[in-house]
Amino acid sequence: MPRIHFTQNLQRHLHCPSCTVAGQTVREALDAVFALHPRARLYVLDEQGELRKHMVIFVDAVQIRDRVGLTDPVASSGEVYVMQALSGGASDHQDE
Amino acid sequence: MTTRIWVGTHKGVFTIERRSGRWTIAQAAFLGDDSPMLLPDPRDGSLYVALHHGHFGSKLHRSRDQGRSWEEMAVPTYPPKPEGYDETNPTSGKVIPWRVEKIWSLEAGHPGQPGVLWCGTIPGGLFRSDDGGASWNLVRSLWDDPRRKQWFGGGADLPGIHSIAVDPRDGRRVLLGVSCGGVWETRDDGASWDVRANGLWAAYMPPDRREDPLIQDVHRVVLCREQPDCLWTQHHNGVFRSTDGAVSWQEVPHVQPSVFGFAVAVHPHDARLAWTVPAIKDEKRIPVAGQVVVARTRDGGKSFEVLRNGLPQEHAYDLTYRHALDIAANGEVLAFGSTTGSLWTSEDQGDSWQCVSEHLPPILCVRFEGRAA
Repeated sequence: MPRIHFTQNLQRHLHCPSCTVAGQTVREALDAVFALHPRARLYVLDEQGELRKHMVIFVDAVQIRDRVGLTDPVASSGEVYVMQALSGGASDHQDE
Repeated sequence: MTTRIWVGTHKGVFTIERRSGRWTIAQAAFLGDDSPMLLPDPRDGSLYVALHHGHFGSKLHRSRDQGRSWEEMAVPTYPPKPEGYDETNPTSGKVIPWRVEKIWSLEAGHPGQPGVLWCGTIPGGLFRSDDGGASWNLVRSLWDDPRRKQWFGGGADLPGIHSIAVDPRDGRRVLLGVSCGGVWETRDDGASWDVRANGLWAAYMPPDRREDPLIQDVHRVVLCREQPDCLWTQHHNGVFRSTDGAVSWQEVPHVQPSVFGFAVAVHPHDARLAWTVPAIKDEKRIPVAGQVVVARTRDGGKSFEVLRNGLPQEHAYDLTYRHALDIAANGEVLAFGSTTGSLWTSEDQGDSWQCVSEHLPPILCVRFEGRAA
């Protein structure tokens, strides 16, 4: 079964350790994690189920292509990394 | 005497307390986290904080012990967007996301509705909680109103609800300020809404659209607590007031040193007494002549005084955002903060100011400790 890891910065907000879960796509693997850690869902995905703008996911070191449907396949030996994109580090801050 | 001020900044929440006659920073929380909105709930003393994580989205936290400990609450979320439905922003042509981009306003419901909270967001959704923030629902009556789809972004790329004013006489009457979408009112607890922007005008629109109520960029709307038919708004191109419950607005043209700004405050007892923090204009969002000043009227806007005692008067480029000016519930103390991280308080209605700090992160929200109305 694939193993999924989360950015350490997420651990500041909630408990979401690396774990091994069932799933043949990124969506299925994430859903399995969120069943164990429900609060993590809205930290990684928005309310429409899309990957948040400044988050990135790698499967076996390759960045996923489908940020909306999360249909990228994951092999049973796959390593999935849920990371922060550097683009979001400053948060959005514009003059009013 | 009011003794506590909450300050939300680009990098954390700060508690300001009055000790030995001076206002000082007493406590910090959420250091490093963008904290655009706060709500000290006057009904039960709870403090709500909206965080805007660059990576993880908007979150909502509550403290019931004056900021010593926190619990994460539910965050407003838009319902699933209907399959194939796309609505575009009139100015950018980009699709309006059904996603909380930012929590831009947060207010307590009427004391007679103890669990009710209202939350305004970018891209324009209003949310309501009936259980103190344990759950939220999008107010569909407003979101589904076809007039809402004419709103567009002002400052931000997308439209947003930044002001929520609950009528102290009747909690079913709620007024909203929208950038850019005018002033909206419900008289039936959110079941239906109407726009209340007669008299506002927009310099940034062609002549035939200048008085269009749906595109007015009110930067902030405030209501006088004891005279709730009296409201003030700092609009994109001027200051306006209403004395008939927002049925009509009158321009207040003589604000000195300029009519541009974001914040406005009104005295809780005397609706003629109001303050703004002017900047040069929309294309130059800095203080006039590099001098930080506050404008005050005591006569409903017929005349203004320029208050500068205790404020920097040389090469000062502090800008005050729409939520960064507040007046205490008893009307005795004012406070405002700036993008440069300066925070000032006044205990004489603005005649003189004390600098609390010049080194805070950019200040987004200043709110006095709540008190039952």
